[in-house]
Amino acid sequence: MKLLLHCSIECFQFRCSTVQVCTSRFWFNYRHVANTLSIYRSVKRLGIPDSHIVLMLADDMACNPRNPKPATIFSHKNMELNVYGDNVEVDYRGYEVTVESFLRVLTGRLPQSTPRSKRLLSDDRSNILIYMTGHGGNGFLKFQDSEEITNVELADAFEQMWQKRRRPLPRVDGVVVHQPDLAIGVHLMDRYTYYLLEFLEDIHPASQINMNDLFRVCPPSQCVSTPGHRTDLFQRNPKSVLITDFFGSVRKVEITNHIIQLTANDTETETR
Amino acid sequence: MDSERWMLSVVGDGFRMMDAVNRAMDSVSRGQWILSNGCCQSGSLDFERRMLVDTAWKELTNVLSGLFCASLNFIDSTNTVTPTASFKPLGIINEMDHKFLRYAALPREIVCTENLTPWKKLLPCGSKAGLAVLLKAERLFHTSYHSQAVHVRPVCRNELCTNTSWELTQSLSVVFDLYSSGSGKREWSLFKMFSRTLTEVCPLASQSTIYVDITDKDKVNDTYELIPPAPVVLNTTVHGKWRSYAVYNLLNPQLYSASSHSLNIALKWKLSKPLVTPEVPVFYAERYVSGFGLQSGKINTLIYNNHPCRAFPVLLMEIVPWYLRLYVHTLTITAKGKENKPSYIHYQPAKDRECPHLLEMLIQLPAKSVTKIGIEFERALLKWTEYPPDPNHGFYVSSSVLSALVPSSVNMEINSTKLSPLSTKLFPTIDSSIYFVRLYTEALLVNLPTPDFSMPYNVICLTCTVVAVGYGSFYNLLTRTFQIVEPSGGVAKRIANMIRRLRGVPPI
Repeated sequence: MKLLLHCSIECFQFRCSTVQVCTSRFWFNYRHVANTLSIYRSVKRLGIPDSHIVLMLADDMACNPRNPKPATIFSHKNMELNVYGDNVEVDYRGYEVTVESFLRVLTGRLPQSTPRSKRLLSDDRSNILIYMTGHGGNGFLKFQDSEEITNVELADAFEQMWQKRRRPLPRVDGVVVHQPDLAIGVHLMDRYTYYLLEFLEDIHPASQINMNDLFRVCPPSQCVSTPGHRTDLFQRNPKSVLITDFFGSVRKVEITNHIIQLTANDTETETR
Repeated sequence: MDSERWMLSVVGDGFRMMDAVNRAMDSVSRGQWILSNGCCQSGSLDFERRMLVDTAWKELTNVLSGLFCASLNFIDSTNTVTPTASFKPLGIINEMDHKFLRYAALPREIVCTENLTPWKKLLPCGSKAGLAVLLKAERLFHTSYHSQAVHVRPVCRNELCTNTSWELTQSLSVVFDLYSSGSGKREWSLFKMFSRTLTEVCPLASQSTIYVDITDKDKVNDTYELIPPAPVVLNTTVHGKWRSYAVYNLLNPQLYSASSHSLNIALKWKLSKPLVTPEVPVFYAERYVSGFGLQSGKINTLIYNNHPCRAFPVLLMEIVPWYLRLYVHTLTITAKGKENKPSYIHYQPAKDRECPHLLEMLIQLPAKSVTKIGIEFERALLKWTEYPPDPNHGFYVSSSVLSALVPSSVNMEINSTKLSPLSTKLFPTIDSSIYFVRLYTEALLVNLPTPDFSMPYNVICLTCTVVAVGYGSFYNLLTRTFQIVEPSGGVAKRIANMIRRLRGVPPI
């Protein structure tokens, strides 16, 4: 089931946070982890730093003993692009990925001792992209084979985020498979994310492509299922919203000619 | 954090050169995380201090879980223990009370790139310069053994120890099996192992050295070749044996090739030599679960002492989760066919859902013997919400820790010249006659009786079907009435009825 909701925002933003969840466990759900990591790679490439990304992977595929190429995850059967990379930071992994922890990350109701990398550091001036992939059906998404999250719970979470002035943009990917690979032995990618990734690979941080193009990414002729989107809650015209508002992050750099004085540190330095 | 899949007795002692403090052995190809912290607080009441330690422990595990991208926040009272004798504080520390020490292990955790990334970020040059350039995840995890560790301890800043500072030590141990995974030749090089070479040294490093062990190479027959040739050879004692190392000082610019400004160290054998079985270490251990069925079982630990003449004591610490109910009266320790009583036992029984079993014993190992320790257990039935999402995988028991001062097999004298801090860490020479070893045995995988989680769904389906069919039939029986319907006529009659309906007249 694919669902896209927009909530209203008041002014143009450049700071984005994202929550990416892979909810499936076991080796045959390799493609879900590949989906999530592809999107992770794209948003990192478009400028969102690791501190603003909360990545949740329910199982370990890269260092799984069944993986013929350890520490790699491929999203295409030509095995050119290792979406796992060398610089990945997974914030929630394994048994930590539960409905409760996901909702706590979204609403910010985390225990006090939770470190910063596990929190969604967003405020009323940031956009939030939420990407969820896994098995599901009409109105629910399965978490780790033992629990489900329903659309009502998600909507409640978004309502709480809206009350707390955070602006989410969720994308949910369903289960239609795309590419099997014989060397690894499992399907590598789902259709929707495959076409989405192809679309995102062409985008660079200064791109002017808008949201309407994103909605046209997966027509029913290519994606066997029917992706849908809602724009009634979004107070702006999707045509005027840039993709990079949610998928990327442009940081403003100001060049200055002033000299800044740095004071010397008082503590003595250690000599060997 | 370690992950490995091999037998120590077959591979040998060589890998223990780098770090004598944290070693993990023979695992079931799963990783595990081991965290220990000695903490001292000042306060008036003992209970208050222990509460402060527990709070600090909780905070530490949460901070580390965020820092190293691992689920260390799962460490709580059900897997934390307070060992009494197995651990001594490293570095300068005033507090020796074991009540403030905490130890925990997570056998289910895996080690992967997301743990290596923050580990590399702690290095001053990151992975941009120096030796860390070689550390690429794709090569490091395609190995037989991988272990990362971070140690923090207070040290003196000067001779008089008026000021202390924190020393951070990061260690990474990897075992490459180039013979079976590579071309089948018994040669290695940095490029073959890491698929890159060294280019520049980290400018913040005051020392950057590579040591190549050339001890058991046949120097007399000159059957091997080290490229580039060793500029300096260091002879030192490690774990009771003399070892020779070729030392490459990476700060020396002459080591790098003039054309590509890179350094690739390679070792080639001139003649093809038959494979030699590596020597079995003096002290090692194995652990396994025996028994059948889902009710009871037995944990067996085998500790080997291969010293030809000397016996030495070993401190064994076992931590068993509460859902394996240990029967301490079935504890048996035998060596050479006779019972071997431990000279010190500390046992803390488990409390359901609160704390695990802790068993610490000081056992004397006779020379050239195998000591077998067995203890029986019973498996508990958990509540249905306590099962993980994949309960049929099994439950892990963290490894037991063996600490021993092993006597050397040869008498020797230590070199009294002052060595650099790096080499004293790699080759600690406390005393020439004994050396300290800490071993970790395998983590065990135990199946607990697991309910069939699809049963609630099956029951609901069956019950609803039965109720629907039963009630539906009953309702039909009570309320269904039958009406006689006239058989319909020919086509002409049907057309006439249609015309009459259009006119509003009742049909024939």
